[in-house]
Amino acid sequence: MTVARYFDEMSYGPAPEADTEARQWLARHNGEFGHFINGAFVAPSSGKTFESHEPATGALLAKLALGNAKDVDDAVAAARKAQGPWAKLPGHARARHLYALARMIQRHARLIAVVEAIDNGKPVRETRDIDIPLAARHFYHHAGWAQLQETEFADQVPVGVVGQVIPWNFPFLMLAWKVAPALALGNTVILKPAEFTPLTALLFAELAAAAGLPAGVLNVVTGEGETGALIVEHADIDKIAFTGSTEVGRLIREKTAGTGKSLTLELGGKSPFIVFDDADIDGAVEGVVDAIWFNQGQVCCAGSRLLVQEGVAPLFYERLTRRMQSLRVGHPLDKAIDMAAIVAPVQLQRIESLVAKGVAEGAKLHQPDIELPKGGSFYPPTLLTNVQPTSIVATEEIFGPVAVSMTFRTPEEAIQLANHSRYGLAASVWSETIGLALNVAAKLAAGVVWVNATNLFDAAAGFGGKRESGFGREGGREGCYEYLKPKAWAGRKLRAAPGEPVLKQATGDFSAPSLDRTAKLFIGGKQARPDGNYSRPVLSPKGKVIGEVGEGNRKDIRNAVVAAHAASGWASATSHNRAQILYYIAENLSGRADEFANRISAMTGVSAAGAKAEVEASISRLFSYGAWADKYEGVVHQPPLRGVALAMPEAIGVVGVICPTEAPLLGFISLVAPLIATGNRVVAVPSEQHPLAATDFYSILETSDVPAGVVNIVTGSAMELAKTLASHNDVDALWAFGTQELSTVVEKLSAGNLKRTFVDYGKATDWFDRFAAEGQAYLRRATDVKNIWIPYGE
Amino acid sequence: MEDLAVKNVAVKSVPPVASSHNWPRNDGTELDLGWVVDQRINLSAAERRVATLPGRRTVKKDAQAAWLLKAVTCIDLTTLNGDDTAERVKRLCAKARQPVRQDILEALGMGNRGITTGAVCVYHRFVSTAVEALEGSGIPVAAVSTGFPAGLIPHDVKLREIEASVADGAKEIDIVITREHVLTGNWQALYDEMRDFRAACGDAHVKAILATGDLKTLRNVARASLVCMMAGADFIKTSTGKEGVNATLLVTLVMLRMIRAYQERTGIKVGYKPAGGISAAKDILNYQFLMKDELGREWLEPDLFRIGASSLLGDIERQLEHHVTGAYSALNRHPIG
Repeated sequence: MTVARYFDEMSYGPAPEADTEARQWLARHNGEFGHFINGAFVAPSSGKTFESHEPATGALLAKLALGNAKDVDDAVAAARKAQGPWAKLPGHARARHLYALARMIQRHARLIAVVEAIDNGKPVRETRDIDIPLAARHFYHHAGWAQLQETEFADQVPVGVVGQVIPWNFPFLMLAWKVAPALALGNTVILKPAEFTPLTALLFAELAAAAGLPAGVLNVVTGEGETGALIVEHADIDKIAFTGSTEVGRLIREKTAGTGKSLTLELGGKSPFIVFDDADIDGAVEGVVDAIWFNQGQVCCAGSRLLVQEGVAPLFYERLTRRMQSLRVGHPLDKAIDMAAIVAPVQLQRIESLVAKGVAEGAKLHQPDIELPKGGSFYPPTLLTNVQPTSIVATEEIFGPVAVSMTFRTPEEAIQLANHSRYGLAASVWSETIGLALNVAAKLAAGVVWVNATNLFDAAAGFGGKRESGFGREGGREGCYEYLKPKAWAGRKLRAAPGEPVLKQATGDFSAPSLDRTAKLFIGGKQARPDGNYSRPVLSPKGKVIGEVGEGNRKDIRNAVVAAHAASGWASATSHNRAQILYYIAENLSGRADEFANRISAMTGVSAAGAKAEVEASISRLFSYGAWADKYEGVVHQPPLRGVALAMPEAIGVVGVICPTEAPLLGFISLVAPLIATGNRVVAVPSEQHPLAATDFYSILETSDVPAGVVNIVTGSAMELAKTLASHNDVDALWAFGTQELSTVVEKLSAGNLKRTFVDYGKATDWFDRFAAEGQAYLRRATDVKNIWIPYGE
Repeated sequence: MEDLAVKNVAVKSVPPVASSHNWPRNDGTELDLGWVVDQRINLSAAERRVATLPGRRTVKKDAQAAWLLKAVTCIDLTTLNGDDTAERVKRLCAKARQPVRQDILEALGMGNRGITTGAVCVYHRFVSTAVEALEGSGIPVAAVSTGFPAGLIPHDVKLREIEASVADGAKEIDIVITREHVLTGNWQALYDEMRDFRAACGDAHVKAILATGDLKTLRNVARASLVCMMAGADFIKTSTGKEGVNATLLVTLVMLRMIRAYQERTGIKVGYKPAGGISAAKDILNYQFLMKDELGREWLEPDLFRIGASSLLGDIERQLEHHVTGAYSALNRHPIG
């Protein structure tokens, strides 16, 4: 090409970023890397390696250690050894370490950016301008949390040794999201980068050691899926944090069930991108570019599902297809491109195959007539219109540069279509009418909503999903709690097996019997006979039958869940209204305090004073959550833009509660009250052994203005009913307190729809201890934080 | 200019892009008030597009030299100062004829392309001076008009000023709109005024200066752009160079999108001229990237793209010499304009 030729064509020439330093770094390691364990590179104990290739060319990039059980053991041992001293460091000392890491990233930003682009295939513009600066930002932000830990998280302790398994789409940024909070709050880490993209994690480990990070605090073990599984199943790891596919996330949930490992999952999505007819259409078109052609669409929160208001759809598609024509796909190190390579041939094939299926199912394919680089894994920006919700491309995450589009008629229909998904990660809403945009944002089932924007991130604003997009948040205060556990729970012991009284047959006499009171189930605000119409006796400690309750079964649970969903208006009731009702419940319980105390005493055999204390504690607890109902609020983040991000705690939805056997009234109240205070609807299974306090309680609910369906009570076998609730795909969360086995079953069966679980692994909670049994630890689990980003300006 | 187009055909492998006024002129349309008030611009989204552009597009080496040289052909080399004199204007015209040193052009393999600026832009008083000085060059003379820069003289005087400049040989008239009409939402008045200006121009092309720095909001910019195009503007132009804020990439983005919307509806290509504040070579490249990516290749040629600038040329000359020699250049190595 000559100047004259360029002058005539006015084309963009090549604009390559130099890769000299990156290649030199690879060469210094002879293109071969061990694990990074206990502060040094170590060869794989098996001697086995695997290869990493450049997506843009297919060329061999490096050989990596294939981690086996011994390698993982070594890494865990190093992390375990380091964790105590690391956690004992004053927060300020850890803050200095985190600060040093942030500065180190900035000093080596270009090297990291180039290695990342080569290894992943993404444009160096994105690694340079987005991934690496954001990673540094995460370390700065979390240096701050380390500094403040002793005062801001005084009631918490670190989780311990954390296994972190991260994906290939943002290798370095995901490392930062995982490693920064873990280290800041006193945990140590075994990190497994994705097998396609292990290099920047190793580079980071090397640079971190040079920056003075103590040995063992951060360990990097490379490998494939098997290595990840070894970490997930390792007995001496306290927590697993995983980002990746929903499929693998579900497996991890099952594998870790009952082990007591804390878990955060950041999984897939099919995030809606909603364009109303009063949107800035050109702005929205550009939004699509940032939504689905960012990082080749290999973004868990990509706005991959376009929902366009019908009247404006033709114009929107015309402008979008025109815009697609000016996108440039090129080599990752070319500085004048919009998209680069797909991470690996296997991913390219998946994209091609899904698009072919979509087209076969009737979608119209739009791809620009633009040049793709030869060799390597490249795929053009793609739009599928005329997509029906039934099509596989409308439901499955493609994880490539493919937007699918459909239309809607009204805001209500937009919300319905948007929420009609198993996922709930992110959403983008485009409208210039503030009332419309914010109303829709509030109603979307998503962890993050961007108003007139997309794919905005900041370390101070939590990120994470709802539904099958996973649970837990990364970033901000809420993200810190994922790496902490309450001090008050530290000393909990396995609960003693409850004594099982033997039924004593009693014979009646000729005096007038006490008037029979039949305890029923309480579903949808009505007392209901159990579907099976069987009853189970309730015995006193001495074996005397003191009553009978219904033997609830699957269908009773089904009915209760339906009733709970029908009461969804509770979530949008005012917090003042919810507070009033909680106080009113307490008032009515107080009026019948003696009756409840007698009942507790009769069922459990505790002293009259003990029973009275339980009722008083229950009244106090109801007051606590009445107090919290209008005080457990969100925060307004100040992200780096002209605007705000509203972090709003939202009710999770319909929550099952398996009450502990002990403290039949206080246990029930301690679990149900925080849930309804925050707007959830509850299906509660009372203490299996002592259910009468809860069944007595429904008449209090009836007289306390609790709307029908907000609290449903199904008595019966805790284990059997827990199984039904755990595997019910329309139950959003399940809290289960009881045996170790119960916890295991609940966690395992919850994998179906990845419902949030809150279990005690058989450890007894002192329900009378306000620090252990009440407050924000419960409220946090009763809610998901939704971050609504609202840029503004005219 | 016609000659240049013919030469292009000889050396190009891609279809030639006409670099003179070959596109049909914009005759305007009825005023569609619904369309005007329908315009919505989200500031943050527009800012994001503009902020990420320099990371998405760049040109290096030969491509960069070519793009800068193309920018030279789009410059309306301008002097609009109270102390302008005939000799000052003649000096400017000489620079317009030979904006880049011939030895540099030859080193770039562009010595035979007849590279000139797009036009020379002056006040009415110096139109005849400039026409005479540019005789035979094919370089048009543009006159700022209608009570430039504030545009607050009587309407009939504005029309007489336009007619006088056209009579003196101006081929292009850069009018200023009455900002009051935009700020008060009086779109009919803006339309009528612009219609009259267009009619007064006759065969001369008319560039409508919106004075975006006075209009403040992007919504105002979008609406004013549309109204001026409906009233027959051949170009829409950002600024007089005298407002507090002149051309920016942000208002450029909005105006280009309006040009695109107008083209969607009418098929007519309207030109764009940013003016004021563009003085660095790397800045003008970003404008060019935006033109190409938002509107297309055609909008990089002087018949659809002009740059109102006075000091930009000097920086481009230095960059071009650096490209040729590898050594950083100095302003005094290039003849003054």
